[in-house]
Amino acid sequence: MFSIGLGHYLTLAAIIFTIGVAGIFLNRKNIIVILMSIELILLAVNINLVSFSIFINDISGQIFTLFILTVAAAEAAIGLAIIVVYYRNSGTISVEEIDKLKG
Amino acid sequence: MENLNLILPEIFISIAIMFLLMIGVFKKNSSSLVYNLSTISLIVLLSLIYNLSSISDTSIFNGSYKIDKLATLMKLLVVGSGIFVMLTTSKYLQINKLNKIEYPVLILSSILGMIVMISSNDLIVFYMGLELQSLALYVLASFNRDNLLSTESGLKYFTLSALSSGLLLYGCSLVYGFAETTNFNEILNNSKESQYGLTFAIVFILAGLAFKISAVPFHMWAPDVYQGSPTSVTIIFAILPKIAALTVFIRFLYIPFANMSEQWQIIIVFLSIASMLFGAVAAIGQKNLKRLVAYSSIGHMGYALAGLSTETNQGIQSSIIYISIYLVMNLAFFSCLFMLRRNEKYYEKIDDLSGLSKNHPLLAFSLLIILFSLAGIPPLAGFFAKFYIFMAVIEESMYFLAIIGLLSTVVAAFYYIRIIKIIYFDPEKEKYETNHHLGLKVTLAVSTIFILIYFIYPNGLTEIVSKINII
Repeated sequence: MFSIGLGHYLTLAAIIFTIGVAGIFLNRKNIIVILMSIELILLAVNINLVSFSIFINDISGQIFTLFILTVAAAEAAIGLAIIVVYYRNSGTISVEEIDKLKG
Repeated sequence: MENLNLILPEIFISIAIMFLLMIGVFKKNSSSLVYNLSTISLIVLLSLIYNLSSISDTSIFNGSYKIDKLATLMKLLVVGSGIFVMLTTSKYLQINKLNKIEYPVLILSSILGMIVMISSNDLIVFYMGLELQSLALYVLASFNRDNLLSTESGLKYFTLSALSSGLLLYGCSLVYGFAETTNFNEILNNSKESQYGLTFAIVFILAGLAFKISAVPFHMWAPDVYQGSPTSVTIIFAILPKIAALTVFIRFLYIPFANMSEQWQIIIVFLSIASMLFGAVAAIGQKNLKRLVAYSSIGHMGYALAGLSTETNQGIQSSIIYISIYLVMNLAFFSCLFMLRRNEKYYEKIDDLSGLSKNHPLLAFSLLIILFSLAGIPPLAGFFAKFYIFMAVIEESMYFLAIIGLLSTVVAAFYYIRIIKIIYFDPEKEKYETNHHLGLKVTLAVSTIFILIYFIYPNGLTEIVSKINII
C-alpha cells in the first residue's frame, strides 16, 4: 500500500515555498499578492517544521511553528498597515507604479 | 531556578518599553517626555549591560541564551550607538513633526530585538529577536506617513525583509530537520559533513542574513530604503541592525556550522568580493547623500565579511573592530547631514555641500576627516579598520580577496574625495543655520575626535576585542 513519508511532506513544503518566492518576483499587479506570497512561504516552513518534528519525535519543532504563526500574524498586520498608508499617499497599490525611489 | 540577574538588561528594557507606552498613552502631549525618558532608559540599559561584562561565559535557559564577551561587547555597541542616535535626532524629529510617542518606543523595541538576537544561542530565540527588530523597523521606515517616499521605502523594506525572513526560516527548518535540534551547540555536535540538507540550510540562512546586512546580491533594498525613510531612521538602518546581524553571522558561522566551513567559506568570500566591488562602483554616480551612504555601507559590509571568511580568531576580531569603527564614522557622517539645515528644511543632495568650507570651516573640516576615514586614508581610524582586515586575510593566504579589497578601496576613494572637492573648491551656496542643539554637536565632536586620534592609542580597542575568542 502506498504510504506517505517524510519526503512527501518535504516536497509539498518545497513546492509551496517555491510558489511563494516566485509569487513575490513574478507578480506585477498587486501588493496584496506579495503579502499572500509571504504567508505561503511561512506556511511552507511550518509544514516542514511540523513534519520534521513528528518524524524525529521532538516537540520543539511544533513550538517553533507556534512562534512563527504568531509572528506571521503580526507581520501581516504591519504589512497591511503600511499598504494602507502607502495607498493614501499614492492612490495605487499596483506593483509597477512603486517606482518613486530610484537612482 | 535560572539566575535572572543575567538577563536583567533585557527585563529592564522590556518593562521600560511598556511603561513608556503607558505614559505616552495616558498623559497628553508627552512626546518629548517619553523621548527623554527613553534616552535615559537606554543609558541605564548600557550601565546594566556593562555591569555584566565581568561575568565569565554562561548560557542560561537550557543553553538557549548566551552571555559571553562577544554578546556583551556587541550589546554595548548597539546600545551606545542607540544613545547617540537619540541625541542627534531630537531636533530633526521636532522640525519634521515626527516627534510622536511611538517613535522612541519603536526604537527601544528594535534595540530589545537586537539584544536578544545578539545573545541568542538557539534558532527559536534568534528568530524571535530578529522579528522583534524587523517589525519595529518596518514601522520606523514608513514613520513619516504623509510622505510618499517614506511610505514607499517602508513598503519596499517590508516586502524584501519579510522575504529574507522567510528564506532564513526555511533554512532554520532544514537545520532543525537534519540536526534534530534547535540549539546551536547541539547542532554542531549532530551535524555531519555528508548531510546535503545542511548545506542547503546554510545557503538559505546565509542568504537571509545577507539581506539583513545588505550584502550583494541581496542589497537592492538598501539605497531605496535609506533614501526614502526619514534621515533620523536612516541613521538607525545604517548602524544598529548591521551590528546585530554581523554578530549573528559570527555566531552562525562559528558555532553551529563550524564543521562545515568548506561549504560556507566560498559563499562568504563571494558575498564579500561582490559587496566590495559593487559598493565601490555603484556609488560613483549618486547625487543624494543618503543613497551614497547606502552604497558605501554595502561596500563596508563587504570588508567586514572578508574578515569573517578567514576562519581565524584574528579575522573575527578584525571584523568586530571594523564594525565598531564603521559605526563611529557613520554616526559622525550623519551628524554632519543633520547640520545641513536652512529655514526648517534639511538638505541631503551632494550639491548642497558645494562650497561649504567658506561659510562653515569647522563642519567642512570634520566632513573632510570623516570622508578621508571612510576612504581608508592613514592615519585616520578607517585606515586601521581596513588594515586589520587585510592583515587577517593575508595571514590566511587569501590574496585574491585582499587584492580585490585594495582595488575597491581605491575606486571608493574616488567618490569620497569627489565630495571633498565639492566642499572645498566649488562655488559657495547660501549659509546654513548654525544654532544646533547640544546633543548633535557633542556627537559630532566625540565621533570626529575618535576618528582623528584613534592612531595615538589603537591598542585600547584591540585589547578589548582580543578577549573575544570564538574558535
